[in-house]
Amino acid sequence: MSDILKSLIEILGDRGVSNSAEELWFYSRDPGVLAPHLPDYVVAPETTEHVQKVVQLANRERIPIVPMGNGMALTGLVIPLKGGIVMDMKRMNKILEVNEKARYVVVEGGTSQGVLKAYLQDHYPRLRHSLPDAPPVTTIAANVALHGQGRLTQQYGFNSDMVTGLEVVLPTGDICKIGSPSLGPYWFSKGPTLPDLSGLFLGWLGTTGIITKVGLKLYPNKKFRDVELFVTDKVELVSEVLYKLTHLEMLEDINVWFQPKPLMFKDNYHITIYFTGDTEEEIEFKRRMIWDSVQEFIDTKDGGFMGLQFMKERLLEMPQRGVADFADVPKGGGFEYSGPITLIEHFPQYAAKVIELAAKYNVLYASSARIISGGHSMMFSISFAFNRKDQAMMSRVKNALDEATEFALKMGGIPWKPNFMEQKMVMQKMDPNTLKLLQMVKRNLDPQGIMNPGNWEVS
Amino acid sequence: MYALKFDEKVCAACPSADCLSKCQYMTFNKIEAHEEMMKVVKGQDSRVLKDCVTCYACEEYCKRGNHPFYLISERREEKGIYTAPRPITNQWINMTQMQGKSMVGNIKDRAVSSCLIPALGGLGSGEIFKEVASALVLGAEFMCPAVHTHFAKMSVIKERLPIVIENFNRLGVKELICLHDECYGTYTSIASAYGMKVPFQPIYYMDFLLDRLKQLKDKIKPLNIKAAYQRPCSNRLIPDKHPLVKEILDFIGVELPDREYQGENCLCCADILRSVSGYRLADDVQQRNIEDMLKTGAKYCVFNCPACQSALSEKVAKKGLRPIHIIDLCKMAIGEKEREVK
Amino acid sequence: MEYEHLIEHAEIVHRCFRCGYCKFPGDYVDFNCPSYKAFGWDTYSPGGRMWLIRAWLNDEIDSSPHFAEILYSCVACDNCKDQCVFPKFKDYLPDIFQETKAGLVTEGKVPPAVRDYFKAIIANGNPFKAPQKLRGTWAEGTGIQSFSNHEYLFYVGCVGSYDEVGIEMARSVGTLLHESGLSIGILGSQETCDGNEVKVLGEIGLFSQLAEENIRKFKEKGVRKIITLDPHALNVFKKEYPKLGGNFNVFHYTEILAGLIREKRISLSDYRAKVTYHDPCYLGRHNLIYAPPREILKHIPGLELVEMRRNNVNAFCCGGGGGNFFTDILGAGNNSPSRVRIREAIETGARMVAVACPSCAKMLTDAVKMEEQEDKLEVLNIAEIVRRARSK
Repeated sequence: MSDILKSLIEILGDRGVSNSAEELWFYSRDPGVLAPHLPDYVVAPETTEHVQKVVQLANRERIPIVPMGNGMALTGLVIPLKGGIVMDMKRMNKILEVNEKARYVVVEGGTSQGVLKAYLQDHYPRLRHSLPDAPPVTTIAANVALHGQGRLTQQYGFNSDMVTGLEVVLPTGDICKIGSPSLGPYWFSKGPTLPDLSGLFLGWLGTTGIITKVGLKLYPNKKFRDVELFVTDKVELVSEVLYKLTHLEMLEDINVWFQPKPLMFKDNYHITIYFTGDTEEEIEFKRRMIWDSVQEFIDTKDGGFMGLQFMKERLLEMPQRGVADFADVPKGGGFEYSGPITLIEHFPQYAAKVIELAAKYNVLYASSARIISGGHSMMFSISFAFNRKDQAMMSRVKNALDEATEFALKMGGIPWKPNFMEQKMVMQKMDPNTLKLLQMVKRNLDPQGIMNPGNWEVS
Repeated sequence: MYALKFDEKVCAACPSADCLSKCQYMTFNKIEAHEEMMKVVKGQDSRVLKDCVTCYACEEYCKRGNHPFYLISERREEKGIYTAPRPITNQWINMTQMQGKSMVGNIKDRAVSSCLIPALGGLGSGEIFKEVASALVLGAEFMCPAVHTHFAKMSVIKERLPIVIENFNRLGVKELICLHDECYGTYTSIASAYGMKVPFQPIYYMDFLLDRLKQLKDKIKPLNIKAAYQRPCSNRLIPDKHPLVKEILDFIGVELPDREYQGENCLCCADILRSVSGYRLADDVQQRNIEDMLKTGAKYCVFNCPACQSALSEKVAKKGLRPIHIIDLCKMAIGEKEREVK
Repeated sequence: MEYEHLIEHAEIVHRCFRCGYCKFPGDYVDFNCPSYKAFGWDTYSPGGRMWLIRAWLNDEIDSSPHFAEILYSCVACDNCKDQCVFPKFKDYLPDIFQETKAGLVTEGKVPPAVRDYFKAIIANGNPFKAPQKLRGTWAEGTGIQSFSNHEYLFYVGCVGSYDEVGIEMARSVGTLLHESGLSIGILGSQETCDGNEVKVLGEIGLFSQLAEENIRKFKEKGVRKIITLDPHALNVFKKEYPKLGGNFNVFHYTEILAGLIREKRISLSDYRAKVTYHDPCYLGRHNLIYAPPREILKHIPGLELVEMRRNNVNAFCCGGGGGNFFTDILGAGNNSPSRVRIREAIETGARMVAVACPSCAKMLTDAVKMEEQEDKLEVLNIAEIVRRARSK
């Protein structure tokens, strides 16, 4: 047994470490299209001290560490590009504290979205968090670390904007509290009104430290939740419709989606509008306001609301279980998407690009956009499905996604959770001084270059 | 290509213009009604073409069988006038496209049509339907395209209905039990209005239901409940079948107290109205309809159409009415479905 | 010898997205896959298993002892089948795991505990290595006769015949049914293993042998209706025996007991207890029987039935299925399913856990001891609760 393995077992116990062929094979890859790379070890810490000791060991021995939640970002961010240790955070899954009056929760670095949802429903039914549509086993820490979004993003911004404090293990092994927890027992702020150090860990894709605790804002959970679905066949009207809807300042979430199949969705752009209320009167009032806000489009017959009896239950699911369905369309267990953040007024160009790429690369597409912060921007997802048995199809999907990212950059958008190659595209386009600042931060935080190497790296 | 068999002279000579003068949504005096209808007849612009909400009532009001509603829809299509918004209209056309994915049961001479509504298959089960349930067909290839009249797309009906009829014919169907008024209305009213021959005998499910109830009368325990009946728009295409509702409900011990919005004066579920005319009208119609039901002291709201049921079930339930399809009510009467525990 | 890795449903395996829905119950309250809960590696979850099977089919990994342990750590609780979000292949997940295990059996690469299990069945007719002649001794003093033209065969199974806790359960159920006037007979020392676990563990040849022998025996004796003590037997008699020509009317004892109580053939007096009910996987998820046990408990005057947080289709398995009752691959650590389940039971405030399966009875009884909660919680089979509540 190697010294490293012995040391890891000493830290984590027998059941916390594996270098068996099966774990190494599984943890070398994610469900996306990128090639796997084998790690040397897989570890699963249960405490912050475990994480710290492993990081200290990795520092001493200059072994790469790749922290992971469930690996559902799909862009290869949990693939150990340079081997080393994959750290599965999911055994750190406790809910540590809910402050009901201040509306925040503190969870461990591997706590899953689903468990938090169920916990709040059971114990704090007046509170909710911004749940993404990713499978519920994905972790809160990973989601905020890559600026994920959720059901409340239209109202309150990225899920990372909802962070109220962090505990991180730095690449040097130091444990650091970020925000109000650095001054006392409360987790109500990730930075303001002090220098906001949370920015050193959010969006860095695990290259600047490992999040072991997250404080997260909670929001009022209303008694009723309802949905309307507005449909138009004129792509050029989408941004105007969204402008009208966001002007209401009373919506929970807005998604815009289109796909060629099933046939009932063909040639139309669908705007799913979610709204909540504590009384039936509130719900009906909001429904009327929603309809009235887009009446001009109804009058010109350019758009209208779909009857939802058969779809409502599915649309109101949280998370929507059907989102994963797309993976099985080519009967192959996979899809991957590029989800750049961009201006809403660019919707028509992005929509055209999706269709163009699907045709060019002969792949199946779907697209869904989520409005961010009342319409300041949107996440536009360009999604392609593939059959995992068909390497050629997987390759075409990868190329289509690369081209999608190039397009997004050309349009002035920001790639979301870019894979390591897309990160290079971003860094090439980046303002040189910005890039220098990024490198400086990374170099200073991770002098040994052990944290998820290969990512945010300038060659 | 099929054309609407419409006789201009019949309208011209009509003394009543009931089609429009009785309209629940547009207001005309008798003279205006006649004038506006003649504009439609002659292909001129008329407010009817803009304001008709597609409730189908004028098909019933016209006692001369001259198909005023189908004519309105034809004229709308000729003039490129949309009822519901264009994307919704096209969505319905796409949604009901034949894709070779139908399910065909064990067909001999008889088939039971579930149209494109799986819920109908669920209704057409149990003791009442045991002899015929295995002969179920479901799918776009067997779907009656009547819904497209709401969207003024008579061309879709003219294109698809002959194919649907031929699909049944190829299966060797001699009798088709239609579990939905729209299906029965299609193979009788619409087909005949367009001169389409229907080689099989359409059987209205309520006729079948009543026959079966009579056969199973020893099993019937009267329900002794009061109900309100939601008459669907498509029943207006086959108004001669409307009395069957009371006959069936009488047979199983369900009282149907008189109410304002019944018979020719009934209100539709307003689901299509919402798309065609907006939420204000739809909400108003639904509110008046449900209040009217409540005034009778009814405990149940009896449906005859899965679409009405879908549009109104939650709303009537919130007001204390139990929503139920007439077939399920019959199943309750013969002990196949659990009665409500009081 | 080189084996080609082949399974019947190989065409589906690559369609798994490893999204992880299979790890959870329907409301995501906690991990509901027993092996994932116990081991904590993604490889031990259903999605992990599917991905590893894909690698195994493609010869990217071998039939190693670790691979075998991962496969055999599955307790066949069917949670993944219910929770998978891919409707076109979710129903085949348990089949795929079973087929892969059968592949390992063919290769001779099963874990030693599994091998020993098969050997015991072959040599002794039961996994306890106990003499066949002792099989029916649980019935001594109950008055239950050997089956001879009785209306029902009361089939007890290996756990009910040989395990201490199982025997208690067989006696209480058998006595209750017998004393209520039901016409039941048993096979006693002629009873042999139903084969459910053998099949789940992939020994298809041995299973077929056991099943065919049982079918022949049942038919010879004129058996038409069977009441099973064990939901595992219920499952295999209902779903697998008909494929081999064995068509019988099969009931679980709770279904019959519920009927007897409904018909007032068992009268009940006041019995004050706060009870929670643990849904056995083979009764609940596998065979959709959720109501009768609850109906029985609700009929007992004074008894308060409280549900565990995860109940009905979301129930968390005790960890006794998939042969783990015998092989103990999941172990007895803090996250072993049975201990987790007992902690869940304690949270309800109940003083009793009602069970309807002898495997669950034993697993949960042992877990109460490991959790040191003997003074707080009693594990009792439903028939025993009814007996306590019977009017004198």
